[in-house]
Parts: sequence; structure tokens; C-alpha cells
Amino acid sequence: MSTRQKSQGDVGRRDFLKLFGAAGAAGAAASALPLGGSASADDLMAATAADTKHHHGIAATEPHAGGSGYEFFNVDESAFIEAAVDTLLPSDSTGPGAKELGVATYIDRQMAGGYGKGDRLYLEGPFGEGTPEQGYQLPMTPSELIRAGIADANAFVQKTHKSTFDGLSAKDRAEVLADLEGGKVELPTVPTATFFGLLLQLTIEGYFADPMYGGNKDRAAWKMIGFPGADAMYMDKIEPFRNRPYKAEPKGIQDLI
Amino acid sequence: MATKLNAVDVLIVGLGWTGGIIAKELASTKLKIVALERGGPRDTNPDFVDPQIHDELRYAARHDLMQNVRRETITFRNSESQTALPMRQLGSFLPGQGVGGAGVHWNGVTWRWLEWDHQARTRTVDKYGEKIIPSDMHLQDWPITYDDLEPYYDKFEKTCGTSGKAGNINGRKIDGGNIFEGSRKDEYPNPPMIAAQSMVMFDKAARNLGYHPFPNPSSNASRDYVNPDGVAFGQCHYCGFCERFGCEANAKASPHFTVIPLAVKNPNFELRTNSIVLKVNLDSTRKKAVSVTYLDACGREFEQPADLIILSAYALGNVNLLLHSGIGVPYDPATGKGVVGRNYAYQCGGGATAFFDKETILNRFMGAGALGTTMDDFNGDNYDFVSAGYIGGGGISCSNSGARPIQSHPTPRGTPRWGSEWKKAVVDNYDHATSVGNQGAVMAYRQNYLSLDPTYTDVFGRPLMRMTFDFQDNEVRQMNGQADICVKIAKEMGAIKVDRSIPPVPYSIVPYQSTHNTGGAVFGADPSTSVLNKYLQVWDVPNVFVTGACVFPQNAGKNPTGPVGALAYWAVDAIKNQYLKDPGPLVPS
Repeated sequence: MSTRQKSQGDVGRRDFLKLFGAAGAAGAAASALPLGGSASADDLMAATAADTKHHHGIAATEPHAGGSGYEFFNVDESAFIEAAVDTLLPSDSTGPGAKELGVATYIDRQMAGGYGKGDRLYLEGPFGEGTPEQGYQLPMTPSELIRAGIADANAFVQKTHKSTFDGLSAKDRAEVLADLEGGKVELPTVPTATFFGLLLQLTIEGYFADPMYGGNKDRAAWKMIGFPGADAMYMDKIEPFRNRPYKAEPKGIQDLI
Repeated sequence: MATKLNAVDVLIVGLGWTGGIIAKELASTKLKIVALERGGPRDTNPDFVDPQIHDELRYAARHDLMQNVRRETITFRNSESQTALPMRQLGSFLPGQGVGGAGVHWNGVTWRWLEWDHQARTRTVDKYGEKIIPSDMHLQDWPITYDDLEPYYDKFEKTCGTSGKAGNINGRKIDGGNIFEGSRKDEYPNPPMIAAQSMVMFDKAARNLGYHPFPNPSSNASRDYVNPDGVAFGQCHYCGFCERFGCEANAKASPHFTVIPLAVKNPNFELRTNSIVLKVNLDSTRKKAVSVTYLDACGREFEQPADLIILSAYALGNVNLLLHSGIGVPYDPATGKGVVGRNYAYQCGGGATAFFDKETILNRFMGAGALGTTMDDFNGDNYDFVSAGYIGGGGISCSNSGARPIQSHPTPRGTPRWGSEWKKAVVDNYDHATSVGNQGAVMAYRQNYLSLDPTYTDVFGRPLMRMTFDFQDNEVRQMNGQADICVKIAKEMGAIKVDRSIPPVPYSIVPYQSTHNTGGAVFGADPSTSVLNKYLQVWDVPNVFVTGACVFPQNAGKNPTGPVGALAYWAVDAIKNQYLKDPGPLVPS
């Protein structure tokens, strides 16, 4: 066995991402469109089956930071997205959930805007499947991918559970998402792992991005982890606060203008 | 049909660090200079002001300051047996776009490469014999030594206000600096930055293990500074929004507020932004460049004649232009002949994520791009190649560049990717984890190269450049060997859990790894293995010079901007003092 083969067995792509995410030296992958079929055995996590209540809460028209209503999603899609983000990052004893922080609105705005429309995506053909190392090769923009994926996932749930996704119990929703993540479901239109990866990427982005993008309402996700946000000037603090907690009320960009 | 413009003396393609340095240094010649920059104009105010610049989504995740691959990208494959496919979105590396280039969004780590990096082949053969070099490795010396470049390294550090601690002045080794560095004539212009908690821990652990850590040479100014050109820098805020961002404080050295404004002051200089150069045009002898063809923002085509042409785009962009222009013979891996596209190399990694107990508080969000502690004990030829099993090691660092939470929320291996368990792990570890990482050299190989793609085109109709690249066994052994050392240090730092990792093998274009693409238009002493002579002048077309990291015969275990800047000063010195007096080849081929 060559060194190269061995090394692949030792460490997966995800561990590499974690390392460099922690280093802050990198991390673009966290924001990249996910890679079709890239999930390794290490990535296949058991369903968390978190004890989350099914919140029948925020309606599509409830005001969010950045304005109310959905620009991109139709009612079925917004119901799916709200339920999905609520399952991916639920409200629990650790901190607020993605839904209550406006992450569905964040995703809607992203899909309606330049990113969703592929403003930085090379979309010329011919289109080939390629290897995982060659990255995203679909002829779809993120908004086309998410729309097709939601339709696929809803159809799958309708077939297996005779329900819409948002109509499922929290436990069942977590199981469906775990099946999508683990590749146990093959969606007819989009590669399952690519769709799930984009959904998770957008959810984490919306949770931690500046509140002006519609999520992270009241900077609650930053409060939860202790990130002070956009108000960042530490030249006189980095030394005195070595190994000492630094407590500051996080501020977003709009709080400072 | 292109509109033909009046001829100018000097044409500069791409206005980042190297184009900016050359434009500024040539101002005294009274020559008519035009710079063409494919992106738009940018300035600290209003483009990089606080708080708007502290926007992780826009700049770090959505790459607002970088090349837009919708217009121009590359195709990629790991080996010749595959069909290359387009890099449809940015991932592994992030070329810049706009005035200042990648010099706006870099971190500011400003190395002098090790002496070995300049004479890698000779020194390897002298110490270990030819046999240690794998048959497919194109290990090449630079055509100049570290000592030749020393004054230019010094000049670039002073331009940048680099903050650091010398480890070798006139041969005298100094504890606390990098004792492995080549001999310097002078100290850094500014003292080291303030170390963060993680760096204090790394420094202590590395010393306990007998290694020689030192503060990174950082062009994030540790104090207010005025450089020799009279440009004022502010003190670094340690804001933690540095790499991928512009700097609100003018603390991170960037061409847009240093060399470029000085170039623009020259009444004989003209900057044309949003101007994309499609190719360099040669005369019928193919030995002389006569003009470039470019498009303006509205797509109007112009031909700009010039006597002297400087290609100072990003490393990949320069090679792309050479290939499109028919300058130099394209490399053919089957025959080993040709030079353009040969010796493309990259950076490799490997390291450890260190998780600490809750009593260890790192405040990682207080950071700066180049804030870190490094050791070179396993870099260059500072270790034994035979017992390690690899040539060209890497710097091992603990960096503290910020903790922006979309992209930095470390969790221990085995944590689910979502759900309550993920949330809890993120909260538990957000400020109690750091990493110890290797920045490894990648050597050049027969099978790793750049060429033109037969299928895909850019928005202007030109073939995309095709990258054929993979990590070879030498680099995989390096990543694993260096990762083991990182794990050892992380444990010595007191980590309660350590996750070891290396980048994906085969090399993947997907996850971010490094914007240190090197080679493809290398300089050397032999025209059969290099595109450029030692003054960065094209062997075949002497009125074209090429700058940037594309000139390195192989990569080093260090960031490239230090030698990139130093070589720009070196080349423009030769242009001013030799070429302009007697235009023609500066080195007989």
C-alpha cells in the first residue's frame, strides 16, 4: 500500500476542514457549494434525534430583520426551509434555534440574490460528472438546486410518511435529514449529498452571519458562543485578556453605524 | 476590430504588489507608463472602512474581493488520464482582482525564504547526492542566491513595515528570532506583534521539545509607522478580519495605499481599470512584443503598443497570458520539452487541532492575519531528509488570525455536523481550541503542469488554462510526517484532545488550502528549463518581463509574498540600470 493510499484512510476531507477552520487560516470550503457524492464513511453521522419540540411558529409573513415575507420561496418551500433549519439547529438548552433567529429569511434572501443566481459560478458547458476532487459540476445555480432539492425531498417524505416534511414530528424530521445526509435516500433530480450540503451550509451561514442578512437575530448566535461581532478593536486587549474571559455585548454592523 | 492607441514606453499588466512596485520605481525615468488592471479601483476609504469591512459573509464566504470565476476560471484534473473540468467556483485558492490585487486581501506574512529554497538542487545534491531526488522531480536552483536578494528583501520589508524579530544579523544568531534564516544586514523595521494566548502556549511547548519558535514576520504593523517612501501606516487593531478582507487601519501593508499612489502621482503614469488584457502581440520574428490587446469595461477592444511589457498579474494569470500569446514554448510532459506551464507547484499542509479545557481561554477572535508563531526546525534543509523521508519540509505554526464563526467553529472529530449535539460542541470549544499546522513546500514534478484546455473557454472566448496537479509521494510523506510533529506539540501545549489531519489526497480543488500557486513561468540559468532569466526577462522575447510567484522553480514551506516583492525590486533595478540603457537580453541565452 502506498503512502498516499494509507493517508486517505487516516483522514477524511472533513477533518481537514475542521483543522483549517479552527486555524482560521482557511475555511472557504465551509462556504463552498457542497460536493456531490463526497460524503465519506466518517461523515455519516447518526441522526441526533434531538428532543426538540415541533414548533408551529413563525409564519411566512412574520416580520424578520431585513423585512418580512419571502422573496424567493413559495409557501411549500418556505414551510420546508423553516422546518429544516429548525431541525438542523434546534432551539434547546444550549441556545436559540436557527428558525427563531430568522435563518429561513436569510436563506430566502440569499436565494433571491446574486449568490442564489450564480453570480460567481462558471456555468458554461459541457457538463460532466467528474471526480470529487474536481468539485461542483452541476448546471444549476444554488437557487435552482435548492428549489429542486426541496421538491425532491418533499416528494420523498410524501411517499414514505404521507405528510409534508414540515408536518412531521421533530424526531421524524431529524431522521429524514439524517437519511439525506447519509445518502440513504437517492433524490431523483439532484445529488442528495449536494443538496443536503448546501442546505446545511446556508443554515450555518445564516445562523452566524451579521444580522443585517436576516438571520442571527439580536446577534443571539454570537452571544451563545461569545463572539463580539463587528465591533472589533483589540490592540489594547489582546495582552491583558490572555487566558482571561472577555465579555462584550456583541454588535452587528448596523449597530455601529 | 481593435482601436489602435498611441504607443507608450512601458505597459504593466496587473496592478498588485509587483506591478505597483515596478510602476513606482520607474516613475523617475520620465517614461510614459500605462497600467492595465482587469478589476476596478479600490481604496481604504470607502471600500474597507470599519464596521462595514467586518462582514464575514460578504468577504470571507462570498469572496467579494476575489476573482469572479463566472468570467475567467481554470479547468482542473489530477492527472493526464482524466478529463479536466472547470473550477466552477472558487475553493482551493483565491486570486484577487482589482487595484492592489491579492495584496489587498492577503494576511501579511512576509518571509525571506530560507537559503536552501534559493539553491534547493545544489544543496540537496551536495548533502545527500543525486539519488535522493525522485526521477520525476524537477528540483531546480534559482539563478540567484539568497545573498543576491538580501538587499531587496530588506527593501520590501521596509516598504511593508514588517514587524518581526531577526534571528541572524550578519551571521550572529539571535535567540527569539528565526535562527535558521539567512544572514540579514538589518533588523525588521518594527518589533514583533503582541502574542496571543495560543502563541504563548505554542512557544513554550515548542521550546520544551527543543525547537526554535519565533514570532511571524508580519506586515500588520505592530505600531504606527512611516515607510521610507513617506507612507503612513496605522497600528494594527487585531480586529481578526484580515485574510480575505481589506484593512481599515492601513496597518496591513497593501499596494493600494503604498506603492500604487506613488506611481499614480507620476504625471507620466496612467492607470486604466476594468481593462482585461487578452494577449500580448508579437512581431513576425516572434522575438519582440509590440503591443497588447485588451477590452475595456464595455467590451471595446483596444491595441496598446509599448516598447517594454511587464506581466504582473497573479501567478496563474501570467502563465495564462504567456500561453495565449505564444511567448515561450509550451511545456509538453510527454517529451519533457518546452517551458511555459512547467514546474507548477503549490502548498501542502497537515496538522493538529488542539482542544483545551474550559479554563484555557484563547480569545481567538482578537487576531491579525499574520499574527502567529512559527518554527523552521523541519523546513528547508534544517532537518535530515533521509530519516524524515521527504525533501522540502515546512514551517510549523500556531496562527491567531481571528475566529469568525461561519468558517471557524472547531468541534472534535466524531461530533455530528448539526443538531443539538453540534451546537453544544461548538459552544464548548469555540474559544478553547486552536491548531498547529504545517505550511509545506511542494516540489515540482514532470506530471504537474499548466496548459490550455481543449474544450472550455472564458467569457471572452479564450481557452481556459488547464491545471494538471496532484500531491506526489514525497509531499504525502511530508504532510504525514509534519502532522505527527504538530500533534506532539499540541499535546505538549496541554490539549485534552488532539485531532490529526492532512489535506485531501488526491489533491482536491474544493476546500480552501492556500493561495500560494507557484511556477509555470520559472526563472533559471538554463533556457531549456526556464522561461525567464535571472532578471525575470523572457529568454525568447527580451522586451517582456514576468513577475510574481509563477517564477519560482518550486514552492517553499513559506508564504511567497516576501520573495515576490523582493524580486520585483530586483527586476526593476535591472530594468532601470541595465535594460533601459541598452534594451536587449540581459543574459546571453
